Amino acid sequence: MNAILPSPLALIAELTHRCPLHCVYCSNPVSLAARDRELSTETWKQVLGEAAELGVLQVDFTGGEPLARPDLAEIIRAARGAGLYVNLITSGMPLDEKRLGDLVQAGLDHIQISFQGAREESSIAFAGTQAQERKLRAIGWIKRQRIALTLNFVIHRQNVDQLEEMLTLTEQIGPGRVEFAHVQYYGWAFTNVRNLLPTRAQLERSLEVIRLAEERLRGKIRVEYVVPDYYAKYPKPCMGGWGRKLILITPVGDVLPCHAAGMLPGMTFENVQAQPLRKIWEESGAFQKFRGEEWMLEPCRSCDRRERDFGGCRCQAFLLAKDAGVTDPVCSLSAQRGIVDQILKDINGTPPVESSTKTDWIYRSNPA
Amino acid sequence: MKPEMNSRPHLVPGCRLNEKDKPPRMLLMPERALRLNGPSLEIVERCDGSHTVQQIISELQQIYSKAEPGKVEQDILGYLELLKTQRALDFE
Repeated sequence: MNAILPSPLALIAELTHRCPLHCVYCSNPVSLAARDRELSTETWKQVLGEAAELGVLQVDFTGGEPLARPDLAEIIRAARGAGLYVNLITSGMPLDEKRLGDLVQAGLDHIQISFQGAREESSIAFAGTQAQERKLRAIGWIKRQRIALTLNFVIHRQNVDQLEEMLTLTEQIGPGRVEFAHVQYYGWAFTNVRNLLPTRAQLERSLEVIRLAEERLRGKIRVEYVVPDYYAKYPKPCMGGWGRKLILITPVGDVLPCHAAGMLPGMTFENVQAQPLRKIWEESGAFQKFRGEEWMLEPCRSCDRRERDFGGCRCQAFLLAKDAGVTDPVCSLSAQRGIVDQILKDINGTPPVESSTKTDWIYRSNPA
Repeated sequence: MKPEMNSRPHLVPGCRLNEKDKPPRMLLMPERALRLNGPSLEIVERCDGSHTVQQIISELQQIYSKAEPGKVEQDILGYLELLKTQRALDFE
């Protein structure tokens, strides 16, 4: 197995769990890292060098809100100096023009600004904060810099019918790339799934809207659409396979194969303060656990698709079927597909669901 | 959407090559990396805002002199169009 161990391509660096927003679908785990345990600047610099040496090409600085780290420019400089392509995933909220200039000078390649919808009401309803105006102002500054810009709209049942409006806003702004990404059902979002997952009719309408937009914007804006896999026949190749392409480091330095792995029972995660990153990637129990095919049960074990989708998502198997080792229940070949079908029935079977901002959301809190 | 022969392709802001000393050569852009080998690397290196599409074609026809010139031209035009769709480059 080690002879053909792939090099990771991407590092997701969660610099902090602090954040001015309180999104109902936040992908951070339900228990957040306390700020006094965050890694130091020096440790991040060290780790970035190790990641580059391992073969990582791109780093995503994210969080929480990475701008909450006062040393962000220094960290970006270290990443770029190590030869990494630097992505910054942010709400854009705490940004000012001078700070943006510092980050660009430090070597920032690309910034992604998240949106909850096209209107201010979306921001208040889903992020629990007024954010729209500040983001738009930040985008004005970003467009004067020579870096790439992505708008990322988080999509779910309560805003999927406003896709055209979001596209209009996108075309007005003119970024290089726009991503419409359906909420992924982990963490806070899984808690809110019955309020978030769109109906089948909504999903199909949205696919047509996006298809037309892609045609219209070809060569001008790169349009990407990530749909919820509950409606699919086969599962997504989560993370490009367990421990194959991606490393995630939490604010306290734990090294995970993905956002959600922290919730899996019986997993121990190594920490960058105790071991070199290469050793963790190659040898840690957490990364080895679902690599290759030995762990697979039927039907995955002898399935033609196993090298394409790797049996789907381990964390989703755990969330839905209480067992991280089984076929992702989203797969139509899974004995537990009925669990997913029941959720779909609950959402599609009831009378037409009204879009409402009076839903009983569970809002993300802040770390200690 | 065929590129104009006199236009000068250039990489857009936020799209760049990785460091020379870290093979393989990759074209890096938001959340994506394209591996560049032989011809694709030769093309991208010439997307500097100075070379015209015609010049890129002529230079590669010389480098790949054993290949059929018409095919070289088609491949280059196709590749440039692909990079434009990916939003990796623009034409002046």
